[in-house]
Amino acid sequence: MDAIKELLYKLADDQLILGHRNSEWTGFGPLLEEDIAFSSMAQDKVGQSYALYQILQQLGEQAPDTVAFMRNANQFQNCILVELPNGEYDFSLIRHFLFDTAEALRFEMLTQSSFQPLAELARKIKGELLYHTLHANTFIKKLGTATEESITRLQQSLEFTLPYALGIFEESPFEAELIDKGIFEGEKVLKGNWILKVEAVIQQTNLHLPDWHIVTPVIGGRNGQHTEHLQPLLDEMSEVFKIDPAAEW
Amino acid sequence: MYGGGNTFEGIQTESLQEDPVKLAAFEARIDRGEKIEPVDWMPQLYRKQLIRMIEQHAHSEIIGALPEGTWITRAPGFKRKLALMAKVQDEVGHAQLLYSAAETLGKSREAMIDDLISGKSKYSNIFNYPAYTWADACFISWLVDAGAIVNQLANAKGSYGPYCRALERICAEESFHLKYGHHCVIYLATGTAQQRQMFQEAINRWWTPMMHFFGPADRISTHTQVLMKWKVKMSTNDDTRNQFLDMYIPKIWELGFTIPDEKLKKNQETGRWDYTEPDWEEFKRVINGDGPCNKERLEVRRIAEERGRWVRTALQSPKAAYIMPLA
Repeated sequence: MDAIKELLYKLADDQLILGHRNSEWTGFGPLLEEDIAFSSMAQDKVGQSYALYQILQQLGEQAPDTVAFMRNANQFQNCILVELPNGEYDFSLIRHFLFDTAEALRFEMLTQSSFQPLAELARKIKGELLYHTLHANTFIKKLGTATEESITRLQQSLEFTLPYALGIFEESPFEAELIDKGIFEGEKVLKGNWILKVEAVIQQTNLHLPDWHIVTPVIGGRNGQHTEHLQPLLDEMSEVFKIDPAAEW
Repeated sequence: MYGGGNTFEGIQTESLQEDPVKLAAFEARIDRGEKIEPVDWMPQLYRKQLIRMIEQHAHSEIIGALPEGTWITRAPGFKRKLALMAKVQDEVGHAQLLYSAAETLGKSREAMIDDLISGKSKYSNIFNYPAYTWADACFISWLVDAGAIVNQLANAKGSYGPYCRALERICAEESFHLKYGHHCVIYLATGTAQQRQMFQEAINRWWTPMMHFFGPADRISTHTQVLMKWKVKMSTNDDTRNQFLDMYIPKIWELGFTIPDEKLKKNQETGRWDYTEPDWEEFKRVINGDGPCNKERLEVRRIAEERGRWVRTALQSPKAAYIMPLA
């Protein structure tokens, strides 16, 4: 059961934190249509985390609001990629592309999970992620072939982001158990599929990927080791909730 | 949300230099309740005032997303967070819809946003005030949206087709915002003493801007008869303000809150609300740029536009010509 819980926490925390970051684009997008798109993805992701925390609650963990709004940074298991500040649009777009490509594959794999509640939820989430990758691929292809500035910006952000993106696949101590029990095929398989997908999209642009062997993954997030950016995000998120956690809002 | 309290320039109807035959036919169509469409003939003044009004409304949507948007990241609990994200997203969507409606009259979205940032065109004055607490965000969601709905339902019966159709859709979404806002306020009203106090303080802070929201009192507001005849403006400022008070004062009182105006009461003889005139000098001062948040709001918008310019440039095909949307 610990293996399943750990898997659910890492999935849920990823969705919650990136959903929160995506929502920060509301009102600041480079064009209204992108403002709206990032808000849609934010709603999907926060909704997905809510559903995952609900499964955890059924497994005996605390209520979703308590889990999301009352933990400290060192209790979160999200990868570091999702907690980084939004920065410029090129970084947010590249992060969205690299992360959601992995998520779409991950939830596709999880539709086959032997843990039924997760398999059922994965079928729903998979349908939502289809639009996220469609959006990411469209914009990467468009901006990755458009102007000198857009290509340079995307290339720089791609190089900056890749080490963090490899941190998505940081393995858990329960990896072997999850694979043996047919709960999840494992981060190695996922990473292999992800590289192929990322390459297939980048090949259609003027961007280039470095040799994967020279990219060192930034890990630690799955063990609660985070950057200085996560705690302020959580403090902001829980600012009202913590005025009175027992109150109903 | 958020449209309301439009400001109109002083209008000199005598200076209308229009073909009297076309003008008579145009006015007859409006009298018959027909909608005017983008390809139809219309007086220059009609076009100008509609652009001005729809543009102000669109600007109010994107600027209004700022004070509420800052509470998305702080909304307490999953349900509020999800609902507020969806609500503010709706508002940005309304801006998109309204800019398109205004574009049918011949002004591009880019030109409108430039005029917003330069301060040439206005937006709803109420968003020049700060949302300090969660309760302020709840006040906006419930009561500012309620005020906007009163305005928009009236304007949806106006004469310009694209604007009316946009408003119908907007009002449908707004009705959910109103439910969301009311729900948030009910939880504050029936919650702890601290929660109740938070909302009472929000009312105290927001009451004057809320009264300002519907625009200057009729006795001092710009002469708008011709705009009402052409069904650009559908109801006077005092009438919409009164309608809002009629609908919402009882609801606020019912929740046990007070309103910071000792004179406020329904006059049984006139059937209208008596109230202390809000400070119209403050209204003028704030709408002309000297409010608590004017600079901050426009600065945020300006930075967003500048930071996003490379994206918009990259998305535009160098060969594409500007095409004015038709509806």
